[in-house]
Amino acid sequence: MKNLRKYREIWLLAAIAVLIGLISTRFPGFADLANLRQVFNDTSILMILALGQMVVILTRSIDLSMASNLCFTGMVVAMLNAAHPAIPIPILIVIALLVGLVLGAINGFLVWRLNIPSIVVTLGTLTIYRGATFVVSGGAWVNADQMSPDFINFQRAAFLGIPVLSWIAIAVIALFFVVMTRTAIGRSIYAIGVNPTASVYAGIDVGRTKFIVFCISGMIGGLAGYLWISRYVIASVEVANGYELNIIAACVIGGISIAGGIGSVGGAVLGALFLGIISNALPVINISPFWQMAISGSAIILAVVLNARGERRQGRIILRKAEAA
Amino acid sequence: MTDAPHPRHIPDRLDKPLSSAIFSWEALLVVIAVLIFAVNSFASPYFLDPWSLSDLTFNFTEKGLIALAMALLIISGEIDLSVAAIVALASTMMGMAVQAGAGTPVLVLIGIVVGLGCGAFNGLLVTRLGLPSIVVTIGTMSLFRGIAFIILGDQAYKGYPESFAFFGQGYVWWVFSFELALFLVAALVYWFVLHRTSFGRRVFAIGNNPVACQFSGVRVDRIKFILFCLTGLMSGIASVLITSRLGSTRPSIAQGYELEAITMVVLGGVSILGGAGSILGVVLAAFIMGLVTFGLGLLNVPGIVMSIFIGLLLIIVIALPILWRRLREGRFA
Repeated sequence: MKNLRKYREIWLLAAIAVLIGLISTRFPGFADLANLRQVFNDTSILMILALGQMVVILTRSIDLSMASNLCFTGMVVAMLNAAHPAIPIPILIVIALLVGLVLGAINGFLVWRLNIPSIVVTLGTLTIYRGATFVVSGGAWVNADQMSPDFINFQRAAFLGIPVLSWIAIAVIALFFVVMTRTAIGRSIYAIGVNPTASVYAGIDVGRTKFIVFCISGMIGGLAGYLWISRYVIASVEVANGYELNIIAACVIGGISIAGGIGSVGGAVLGALFLGIISNALPVINISPFWQMAISGSAIILAVVLNARGERRQGRIILRKAEAA
Repeated sequence: MTDAPHPRHIPDRLDKPLSSAIFSWEALLVVIAVLIFAVNSFASPYFLDPWSLSDLTFNFTEKGLIALAMALLIISGEIDLSVAAIVALASTMMGMAVQAGAGTPVLVLIGIVVGLGCGAFNGLLVTRLGLPSIVVTIGTMSLFRGIAFIILGDQAYKGYPESFAFFGQGYVWWVFSFELALFLVAALVYWFVLHRTSFGRRVFAIGNNPVACQFSGVRVDRIKFILFCLTGLMSGIASVLITSRLGSTRPSIAQGYELEAITMVVLGGVSILGGAGSILGVVLAAFIMGLVTFGLGLLNVPGIVMSIFIGLLLIIVIALPILWRRLREGRFA
């Protein structure tokens, strides 16, 4: 039990297995490979977003503007596609990444250069980006029949029997895994979360790293913008309204400490998967979808309680232990 | 209460020497409010009508009531994201009571008790288990609103008694609504509690250094628990007002209120890191947000675009003193 936190991913995996087992007793087809592949695909966007949010939370910051970024970028890409159907999809994806990057850089710049707490900055940009979506679109929707077939079908195309959307999620997970465990910037992100003051003395530019982190979450928001719009084939101002809290919830369930410094790529992915399975399974096993919020809320509270137990046992910050003694 | 220096100035002076020098945060907010007021009165001929000014207050009184308690909570270093969900749950419970034939006094009691209970639940989770409040209240936010969704489904509760409408629609005197009167009285009470009692001083002290407080004999957990209860209570009261004003309950009621209440608190000069802030600032910020939304409404600006202005206002007002200080120190961003 001492290493409970160390093996968080295994515990989460076990919880997910139990969840799938329980659902299978009510709906036998749920654990089939084809259905699980479907669940993974349905959860892809949340997993990608959770990874972007994770790097921000690791540095003791938070990005509340991700869902608004997603909404704005998705609208821009959808309108571009409606106006100029000839633009190839890869270029649209690059545009989505760039638009997201700009929005993230605005957050990052305010946090870095003006030292405004990230929760305040992104609370402001949360409303600004969503409002900007209205200004750009004039309140109009972009419907499925205005989007080109390529725009809609790209992520649905199967490659080796798995949809492109799932492949994108796998690629993003792999990229984050490499960056967070094998590169200097990944180490810096963890270091800042564990102890910002010590990081400064270790030669890490804390402000600049936070800027980079917001650029990453911005690009992820932009990418998710294209994916979301082409998946649900409607772009409106209401897209992903309030979704920022689902993203943070996925991180929390995945064991990423809101106090910074603790968390892993595997945790974020499994946390998102856990929430995704709940939302996927409820209608299948004939529980009213109205239960979904209450169930995921309970799951979050339970996960937080378990997290806190694990962190306390470890005595994460050595000095705090001495202070309390 | 002894004659020790005014508690609020201790963190203020330490954090931003600028605010004591040329202008205080509150003065800045007054200037902004006057500017927006002037712009509004030029922009629309209907703005200066007493009844339209009275309507203006409905834009902020309900969220403002929540913001008052939220201010204390944030000063103590915690946060509550579940306030809007508490409003929804309390409103749903009132709706159920109406279906069972409850009268107005019972409805008000239910709203207040449900709010208080939800706040106590948050407080227990945070203080007994030592969990970060931002995460706990994200969870309870889903939980409370989820329960409202389970009970209501896709229906709406209507049929509130006529006497119940007074709370959200009634007037105390001429153009002064009951909501505005309640907000002003509550603001006075919160001002007194925060700035004139030892309880208030402890709230500031906890926000500045909870460990030192613990060693000084302040019962940190008990005070935090009380603050969560107060935030829940104010959400319950706001729920009575909103339900009465709208005359119906839907599960999506008060959606997004938590962020607006926090925006009021931060705009009012309360440090999101805890330890600094004033009730006067929060009241002014509430007025400013009401002025902005109402003025833009008169100009037929859609609600979603108003949010751009609120967001910009938040970032610019927070950034101003920082830029100002850098200018004086001859250092640029």
